[in-house]
Amino acid sequence: MTAPAGIVTAKRGVAGRILDFFGKGVVNIVLVIVAVFWLVPTIGLFLSSLRSSVDNSHSGWWTVFTRPAQLTIENYSNLLGNAQFMGSFLNTIEITVPATVLVVVIGALAGYAFAWIRFPGRDWLLVVVIVLLAVPLQVSLIPIAKLYGDIGLFGSVVGVILFHTAYGLPFAIFLLRNFFTQIPGEMLEAARIDGAGEWRIFSRIILPLGLPAIASLSIFQFLWTWNDMLVALIFTNATSQPVTVAIQSQLRQFGANIDILSAGAFLSMIVPLVVFFAFQRYFVSALLAGSTK
Amino acid sequence: MSDFLGWIATLPAWLQIILVIVAFLAVIGFLLFFIEIAPRTGRRYTVIRLAVCVLVPLLAMLFLGSVFWAALIAAVLGGGFFLLDYRSRQGAGYLFQLVGFLAPAVILLAIGLVYPTIGTTIQAFQDNRSRDFVGFDNFIWIFTQPYGIRVVVNTIVWVLIVPTLSTIFGLAYAAFIDKSRGEKIFKALVFMPMAISFVGASIIWKFVYDAKPVGDAQIGLLNQIVVWFGGEPVYWLQNSPWNTFFLIVVLIWIQTGFAMVILSAAIKGVPAEQLEAAELDGTNAWQRFMNVTVPGIRSSLIVVLTTISIASLKVFDIVRTMTAGTNETSVIANEMYTQWKGFETGRSAAFAVVLFLLVMPIIIYNARQIKKQREIR
Repeated sequence: MTAPAGIVTAKRGVAGRILDFFGKGVVNIVLVIVAVFWLVPTIGLFLSSLRSSVDNSHSGWWTVFTRPAQLTIENYSNLLGNAQFMGSFLNTIEITVPATVLVVVIGALAGYAFAWIRFPGRDWLLVVVIVLLAVPLQVSLIPIAKLYGDIGLFGSVVGVILFHTAYGLPFAIFLLRNFFTQIPGEMLEAARIDGAGEWRIFSRIILPLGLPAIASLSIFQFLWTWNDMLVALIFTNATSQPVTVAIQSQLRQFGANIDILSAGAFLSMIVPLVVFFAFQRYFVSALLAGSTK
Repeated sequence: MSDFLGWIATLPAWLQIILVIVAFLAVIGFLLFFIEIAPRTGRRYTVIRLAVCVLVPLLAMLFLGSVFWAALIAAVLGGGFFLLDYRSRQGAGYLFQLVGFLAPAVILLAIGLVYPTIGTTIQAFQDNRSRDFVGFDNFIWIFTQPYGIRVVVNTIVWVLIVPTLSTIFGLAYAAFIDKSRGEKIFKALVFMPMAISFVGASIIWKFVYDAKPVGDAQIGLLNQIVVWFGGEPVYWLQNSPWNTFFLIVVLIWIQTGFAMVILSAAIKGVPAEQLEAAELDGTNAWQRFMNVTVPGIRSSLIVVLTTISIASLKVFDIVRTMTAGTNETSVIANEMYTQWKGFETGRSAAFAVVLFLLVMPIIIYNARQIKKQREIR
């Protein structure tokens, strides 16, 4: 083929394009096989969630392809009517949104102070923050559980939010400080000469210019908090548990309630998947920022 | 405070009056101390300040019987002195702003991370009620019991296999997909598990691994494939030691996408001239890949390997959701939770400390690599 592929396919239409796509040789076939392998388990869960519990316990989800009639949205309608599950879904939102907002706000404030306000011991404090990046969350669970017990935060959504906020901060400060230091210092100097205070510089210059990093951080923190189970497992009770814990507790009778499990798991995945695909660009750039800096 | 007032109300009237006056004077004295004495410079005042910083928290600990309150008071006192000191030098506005920007983060980090890390380390050397010190007993318990050793070994197996395989798969995929058609879609498909929670991923794979007795219809895809090929269904998650490997597959499934995205970006950053020069020298694709591309993306490889290593060390959700650590699949993070649930706080804390000690060298190595890289630039 001498002509550029794009021109040829434009003439050949959709069918031609598909042929072209698969005609690229072994490489593409391998890529397709791997992609399918990566996707099949998720598709399996999705199709299971669209089958009745009787079907799910007597045959595999792949029978859908030979008997499409068994598909039903009954599981989802049951789930939406299940007060406990929907409550846990709301809890997840109640935990995730404040924990994300708090980390972004507090992290941005501190990131700015580390980047542009001179104060004694700044470098040492930054070293402490970087060391704290290494602290596994597990280390904090027992003392904080005791502390929450003493001050009455145990079992509350607030306790979980505060914990996630504290653990999100080292990464937030690290990421935002690195980004903020790249903002040209002359801009800040000019603003200072014009009589702008720190707060004004922060809100008028740093925040608008730092928006890409803030967006990346928000997505990260959102996904981490939404997908967390360990923290919630320890600090919440039956009324404040998020959806991950609710699903995990259903697992004890795996097989008996595959319908609830599959639909619930899939429902809990939809929000992060939508966030992920909508903001994929920021997500990838955040990964790269975190890795090359 | 209300307890204090309630307690006062039970005393005779004359004692009440005296106590209230004493309390009043104490508060006034405290305020005076802060306004008048604290900001003064000079050696004597520095000594007074230091003494107050140590004595008041100690008194608080004696009377309130709580380390937490003592720490809080010490932090407030120390912070107060620091502020007053700088107020005199830099002007009120500067200080107010600095505190406004930093205080929320510092307070949350101190209470959420610094205090608990110290607390856990202390608890690791105490008995299960956190009362008496027992030396290294908890650690000895972990490393002398077959079960405890198994837990540590499992964790090490996770850390050895997951980063290696995820990185190899991710690198291979990134290299093959580079500049091919539909690159974005393929990348998104492999990257997608990153957005799914570990719990969600575990449920997905529990469906794949599900096993039914011989003769019954299988509902797990893997066993169905085995049966289609004429085999007998296997209980994937029950037979040690292979069950750990089937759990590891789940984390590889999640982390490969991460490795792929980072490495793909790094591969695009390898200068085309170098590859062309190598091609002119008559090297084949494999030689070019091993001798030009891989050294070119070395720093990204290190980041990917260390990041995935840390994730594998901390793995909890997958083990908890799929086997809860039964059939010899437990790992440190899961055992920490199990021991805590069983009211063995000492052992639980010891597991946490072991985890911290295992994570630490990886982070230090990573930080040093990043620093080295910066120096080169």
